[in-house]
Amino acid sequence: MSVRVYVPGDMAAVAVGADQVATALTAAARAAGIDIDVVRNGSRGLFTLETLVEVETPQGRIGYGPVDAADVPGLVAAGLFAGGAHAQRLGPVEALPFFARQTRLTFARAGLTDPLSLTDYRAHGGLKGLETALALTPAEVVARVKASGLRGRGGAGFPTGIKWETVLAAPGPHKYIVCNADEGDSGTFADRLLMEADPFVLVEGMAIAAHAVGADYGYVYIRSEYPFAIARMQAAIDLARGDGWLGRGFDLEVRVGAGAYVCGEETALLESLEGRRGQVRAKPPLPAHKGLFGRPTVINNVLSLAAVPFILAEGANAYQDFGFGRSRGTMPIQLAGDVVNGGVFETPFGLTLGELVDDIAGGCVGGRPVRAVQVGGPLGAYFPRGLFDTPFDYEAFTARGGLIGHGGVVVFNDTVDLAQQARFAMEFCAAESCGKCTPCRIGSTRGVEVIDRIVAGEARAANIAVLEDLCETMKLGSLCALGGFTPYPVMSALDHFPEDFGGADARRAAE
Amino acid sequence: MTHPPDSAADDALDSLIAPHRNHPGALLPLLHDVQHALGCIPHEAVPRIAAALNLSRAEVHGVVTFYADFRTTPPARRVVKLCMAEACQARGCHTTAARLSAATGLAVGETSADNALALEPIYCLGLCASGPAALVDDVPVARLSGLRLDALIAELGR
Ligand SMILES: Cc1cc2nc3c(=O)[nH]c(=O)nc-3n(C[C@H](O)[C@H](O)[C@H](O)COP(=O)(O)O)c2cc1C
Ligand code: SF4
Ligand code: FES
Repeated sequence: MSVRVYVPGDMAAVAVGADQVATALTAAARAAGIDIDVVRNGSRGLFTLETLVEVETPQGRIGYGPVDAADVPGLVAAGLFAGGAHAQRLGPVEALPFFARQTRLTFARAGLTDPLSLTDYRAHGGLKGLETALALTPAEVVARVKASGLRGRGGAGFPTGIKWETVLAAPGPHKYIVCNADEGDSGTFADRLLMEADPFVLVEGMAIAAHAVGADYGYVYIRSEYPFAIARMQAAIDLARGDGWLGRGFDLEVRVGAGAYVCGEETALLESLEGRRGQVRAKPPLPAHKGLFGRPTVINNVLSLAAVPFILAEGANAYQDFGFGRSRGTMPIQLAGDVVNGGVFETPFGLTLGELVDDIAGGCVGGRPVRAVQVGGPLGAYFPRGLFDTPFDYEAFTARGGLIGHGGVVVFNDTVDLAQQARFAMEFCAAESCGKCTPCRIGSTRGVEVIDRIVAGEARAANIAVLEDLCETMKLGSLCALGGFTPYPVMSALDHFPEDFGGADARRAAE
Repeated sequence: MTHPPDSAADDALDSLIAPHRNHPGALLPLLHDVQHALGCIPHEAVPRIAAALNLSRAEVHGVVTFYADFRTTPPARRVVKLCMAEACQARGCHTTAARLSAATGLAVGETSADNALALEPIYCLGLCASGPAALVDDVPVARLSGLRLDALIAELGR
């Protein structure tokens, strides 16, 4: 009987040498006369441990990590294929605190299964949600999604059930399901990992959405920076079609972005899918009424759609029982930047930022002090330690002048210069602006210049006032959140870290 | 085909275009295919693409220039796309960039005069817990500091 060995094949594992580890393991096994069966699973989600090798033993799956190809001969000599003792032996991975503390509903299968095995998918509870949905009327499915309290995970937090209800009520015959897999925010990778580690759950979520609203076609719009996710989703769609759960009244295809951050904005994404420049459309009309090719369209983030199979399979209450305030269910939070434990941490809403950064992420590498945390991507605020008591919840972050966005948490150590981070936010806005609104297109370039003047000590107080004015104009005069929210990182940096902008006195003088 | 192809290049272009005719919103997938096959979107290809999809040349040109991925000249023989976004900044991508620049003589955003190497910025690869991250000739590479960066520099041979 062959020994089953798991070596992740997702982009983050491959980027640190997982392919070489797999090759080395195969060679070492052959040399030792041991028959092994290498499964290229997705990462379990703690990237610090990659390459994480797991071996199926009579005592369960035993992990070793982080493994480099050069470590393989030593590990094999120590009896890795039988779960033998070694300094890199981690034991059962689910018992490690990072995993034991999670509540994995959306990521339940990620890392455990062969991502493209329909047998694994079914054996681990896959397709129960779709089967339940198909036995219900569309209105009943919509009612369950509404009752779950699920809110859009792409950033805006709009209730998914209400969006679906609008599309269900809109006249057909043709309607679309569009999955937003543009995931452009720095510090986010949950969409990527889900598509690479468990692509069928997204296909299942989209098939449920199609039944719920009466859609006949769907697109998964994936950014071009994600070649592994693109290939994996394409393969999963073909397998699902072959298995009969696509192609009967609803079919899907993958579309690839082309390096424009603004195409994550839903109407720019629709323009891009139609073959045009990714320029934001004015609303109304809502995509739910007139979306892709003028048809009623559901557009949802990967994580929103992938949460739905659980909700249908286990019931709306099972989902909505988790959570905090009006943020129901779980959020796959992404811990990134200078952290000891970086990765996807799925948990009910409500942990504080401090618990996430200090306890779970383990603070900065080498014990350096954490100075700032940017939550919610390039349009999210920079929080100082003083705000670490903020619970991870849409409303709580808004109340503190921030946002949770797509759930990215980027940790910076004490060497960070917040004036430079503010400058980068303006620069990024200028580079990625779709060009429709003057405050976003021109204001952001002015913003870079003004920050440079403040830092250089030129008429500080006056220039700080100019920057504040400029941010106000961007907030009020922008059609979408690229121009409208860039003031969040800029103003939070200035408000919480005035000393980086030429001294605390300068700030006081401005007031 | 309604007219004979003018040359082998046109022939190649036509066979790239054919599968996309009559597909809704086909322009981006077609441009990706053209760039994949030819390395870029040559200016001469624009009128043919426009005609095939019933678009104006200006529309096609507008799309090619809007998206950062599409290029109108062939790429360098080797391309390092280094992530310069926030999470990689927090993990030291500026130091990585400085070391790469010192070794190659190229600033981020520059291509060598002999078109052998380009050092380009990219904004997030979803490897934000393992940065600094890069695509080296489209192969993902992470933890690009210390010895792993030394190895990349040696491998680039500059
Ligand atoms: C500049 C900009 C970029 C965005 N990028 C993304 C993205 O990459 N992925 C995403 O799901 N939503 C993104 N959004 C939010 C979408 O516009 C939209 O709210 C979302 O796709 C709706 O899906 P949801 O309700 O499931 O969150 C972005 C918004 C803006 C303004
Ligand atoms: S705010 Fe910026 S990105 Fe958004 S629509 Fe206006 S110009 Fe385009
Ligand atoms: S910020 Fe560099 S990979 Fe995400």
